[in-house]
Amino acid sequence: MRGKQSGAVGRLATIRLLAQRFAFLSLVAAAFLLMILGKADIVLIERTRTMIVDGLAPILDVMARPASAIAEVVEHVRELASLRTENARLKTDNQHLQHWETVARRLQNENAVLHEQLNFVPDPDPAFITARVIGDLDSALGQTMLLNAGSRDGVRKGQAVLSGESLVGYIVDVGDRSSRLLLLTDINAHLPVMLESTRTRAILSGDNKDRPKLGYIAGNPNIQVGDRVVTSSSGAAFPPGLPVGIVASVADGTTRIEPYVRRTELDYVAVVDYGLGGILPFSDKPPPPPPTRHRGGAEN
Amino acid sequence: MKPSPWVRMDTWLRHFVPFSVTLLLLLLTAVPSRFPGFAGITPMLPLMGVYYWAIYRPDLLPPWAAFGLGLLHDIVSGTPLGVNAMVLLLVQGVTVSQRRFFLAKTFLVAWWSFALLAGAAIGLSWLLVGLVNHQPLDPAPAMFEYLVTLGLFPLLTWGLARTQLAFLKDV
Repeated sequence: MRGKQSGAVGRLATIRLLAQRFAFLSLVAAAFLLMILGKADIVLIERTRTMIVDGLAPILDVMARPASAIAEVVEHVRELASLRTENARLKTDNQHLQHWETVARRLQNENAVLHEQLNFVPDPDPAFITARVIGDLDSALGQTMLLNAGSRDGVRKGQAVLSGESLVGYIVDVGDRSSRLLLLTDINAHLPVMLESTRTRAILSGDNKDRPKLGYIAGNPNIQVGDRVVTSSSGAAFPPGLPVGIVASVADGTTRIEPYVRRTELDYVAVVDYGLGGILPFSDKPPPPPPTRHRGGAEN
Repeated sequence: MKPSPWVRMDTWLRHFVPFSVTLLLLLLTAVPSRFPGFAGITPMLPLMGVYYWAIYRPDLLPPWAAFGLGLLHDIVSGTPLGVNAMVLLLVQGVTVSQRRFFLAKTFLVAWWSFALLAGAAIGLSWLLVGLVNHQPLDPAPAMFEYLVTLGLFPLLTWGLARTQLAFLKDV
């Protein structure tokens, strides 16, 4: 009797063990499947993803606040320590900038006159949304951040994200109340840029290092360390001339850019709407139909 | 004798502790740290949570929980879906299968084994993300992340052990 019972128990244990193995293996398979499906940009998966992030956003927001306060205190202490040298540096900077201010004022006047003479159409003033960074994870595997503003605040996929005057990245995912910022340094970030002095066009590509590299450089220009790099109008993604960074190194055919904004400095960012298509042409709405042209009654 | 509903509910809630603590560790890693020099270096705290509970309370952090936490990690961090789910799942599975070995050993052995396991885990996620992106990633940040994770192991294990003593001593 007892032998029979323990046999039954043994069988039950074997079945349970097999079931556990099977469950484990199916989970491994599920993870694999997700990796493949995630690559295919399936709408349902993407929507679920942004929905979960949306749900977590308030928690992350609350958790980010004390961290931000602590970072501020640390920053204050550091500033105190370097007050003297900082002051000296600012004085020389100020002298330098005062000279530039005079130059800029003269150029501004000249520019205004020229604009008037040429009937120049000015760029529209962009609308912007200020958002806070609430999540920043896994720099080793990707460079994205979560922002606490989403579609209900007017954030759209592909919009440029600036810190101060400089471009830091663009929006790749938008939820209802959160969005994901892809930094220029991310391996998936590609951006049309140009060298400001020579107007040479190129593509800036991140590779998860601090300094993204320049590729597809048009022509064979002489690139110098220290050249300013700004966005170009190619692809109608961003307005031309947004500062991106300066050339940091030119070696072995690889040109690397030091972005103006460091990742650590990002706390508040501006999500800017220039009314252009943005770098990701896939928006929720289809593009507007081309405007019908009126050529002075030529069709009649 | 059947325990009263209150006692059962208490036990039930306590059984959630390993999962919630690991979830908290995951959310903690997502907090933006703006300390210069530590920019974006995020120790893999959830990995430590999964490792610890797989040794001491594998019944309370089953494979599907590790999978779910990994998936959440992927969703929050923006890594390709499934990468961390796979990694945490495998860490859970391997640790549980070697559980008897870990239980009898000293802390140093646990640390050493964690070093091997975490190395494999970070290496695997590095490889998988590289494969999904069709281009290899820079190994330096991953190495650094690994070292920071190893350095934090004693502190975190202490914290997790305190948590276990506080909530799960008798249940």
